[in-house]
Amino acid sequence: MIRVQNLYKSFGKTEVLKGISFEVVKGEILALIGRSGYGKSVLLKHLSGSLKADRGEVFVDGRDLASLKGRNLRELRDRLGFLFQSGALFDSMTIFENVAFPLREKTSLGEEDIRDRVMYELDQVGLIGSEKKYPSQVSGGMVKRAALARALIEEPEIMLFDEPTTGLDPLTGEAILSLIHSCHERVRFTGIIVTHEIPRIFAVVNKVAMLHDGVILFEGSPEDIMSSEDPLVQSFISVGSGVKR
Amino acid sequence: MDFVRTLGAESLGLIHRLGRMGIFLVKGFAFCVSPPIKVALVLKQIRFFGFQSLSVIFLTGAFTGMVLGFQGFNTLSRFGSDAFLGPMVGLSLIKEMGPVISALMVTGRAGSSVTAEIGIMRISEQIDALELMGLNPYRYLIVPNIIAALISMPLLTAVFDVVGIFGGYLIGVKLLGVGSGVYFGEMINYVEMRDVMEGLFKSLNFGVIISWVCCFKGYYTGYDTGFGAEGVSKATTQAVVLSSVLILVWDYFMTSTLF
Repeated sequence: MIRVQNLYKSFGKTEVLKGISFEVVKGEILALIGRSGYGKSVLLKHLSGSLKADRGEVFVDGRDLASLKGRNLRELRDRLGFLFQSGALFDSMTIFENVAFPLREKTSLGEEDIRDRVMYELDQVGLIGSEKKYPSQVSGGMVKRAALARALIEEPEIMLFDEPTTGLDPLTGEAILSLIHSCHERVRFTGIIVTHEIPRIFAVVNKVAMLHDGVILFEGSPEDIMSSEDPLVQSFISVGSGVKR
Repeated sequence: MDFVRTLGAESLGLIHRLGRMGIFLVKGFAFCVSPPIKVALVLKQIRFFGFQSLSVIFLTGAFTGMVLGFQGFNTLSRFGSDAFLGPMVGLSLIKEMGPVISALMVTGRAGSSVTAEIGIMRISEQIDALELMGLNPYRYLIVPNIIAALISMPLLTAVFDVVGIFGGYLIGVKLLGVGSGVYFGEMINYVEMRDVMEGLFKSLNFGVIISWVCCFKGYYTGYDTGFGAEGVSKATTQAVVLSSVLILVWDYFMTSTLF
């Protein structure tokens, strides 16, 4: 479904991605872990078509993302959901209007149907009762849940999550991860999650890739990474797990 | 050598920024004439640009007309020509001061708001969210402002002119004793429809400048201005200054070449 091949990206003289390659098959979720500032979010932006690589390709369903422009790129994005680190809700709209926005703008559904779909999605993320509030009137966790509902309302085939639990307390973070898991069970999207939630994320994903110094240092199943003997991988995993304890 | 390198880099940067502004304007106009147009957003922005600017236009129009009444009377009476106060106030307002001052007021009141709003949407990733939904941000953020400014500016200018003429009437006729019939009669004799159209044409041009510059500065917040609240603040300042300067420069250009 998603194949990244030999991807390079530099900003000025700083080389951020130095030949990244990996693959995510349909219906699978990949966790992208690694230290902050090592290019995980930059990589995610390449997968959404927001950034262009200096070299290398990103293929989605066999189509090179760099070759897509205008309407073709918009068609691909119709199949894609993106959960921003900040939520990126429209601050002049209520929670309900935010979640309804993609349906109102991109479908011909009637207002009654839209209402039903939105209320169902808000129910799934536990936001019934907050639908008339504005993003500035709710907590960070609620903003993330509302953003998740907005991203999932069109049942996208591909979901990209940029640090969905950053800045949240452990319980809310756990709730968000459970939501992602249950949404995946329901929608069966193909997903990539950029996260620091180690080891909690391993219960949600099928595969883990660790980015270090611009290259994929490790790629394998959650069980594989736990038993990896690479000292860098081990130190990252153990510190991550230790913090959680 | 460093000086030459810096000069070259600065020149290339300037050409790049001008090119980006030009492309932004062309794209904005292209989406204005290609459906779908977000009518609800256009109406909302017409209310914002037009209706909500009325009070400031009334105030500035009235006082500009009153000042013109005083100064015009003082100057004309030295030559015994105070009968021409009406045409002087009318022509000054309709051809020049109405379009220019209205545009400067709308820049300060509505243009700065538009820049700040779009700039905040940029730094809080709301514009990226629109793009990643497969939607075109120009249709939601730029087109409604361009159309609203194009519709509102001539109407606001017309209101400014009328209020200003009555401000001049109040001072010239009611306070300084020029005859009411003389004030309006001479105005009818000397002000032609061509003068009115000239003023309205200018106001259309200023509407384009305000919406173009203010939307552009907001949309590209963070590119030339730095990120965060400071970036939005700088973008807003730059939008107001650049719009105001462009309005005055373009006004001179139009007056000297077209009319």
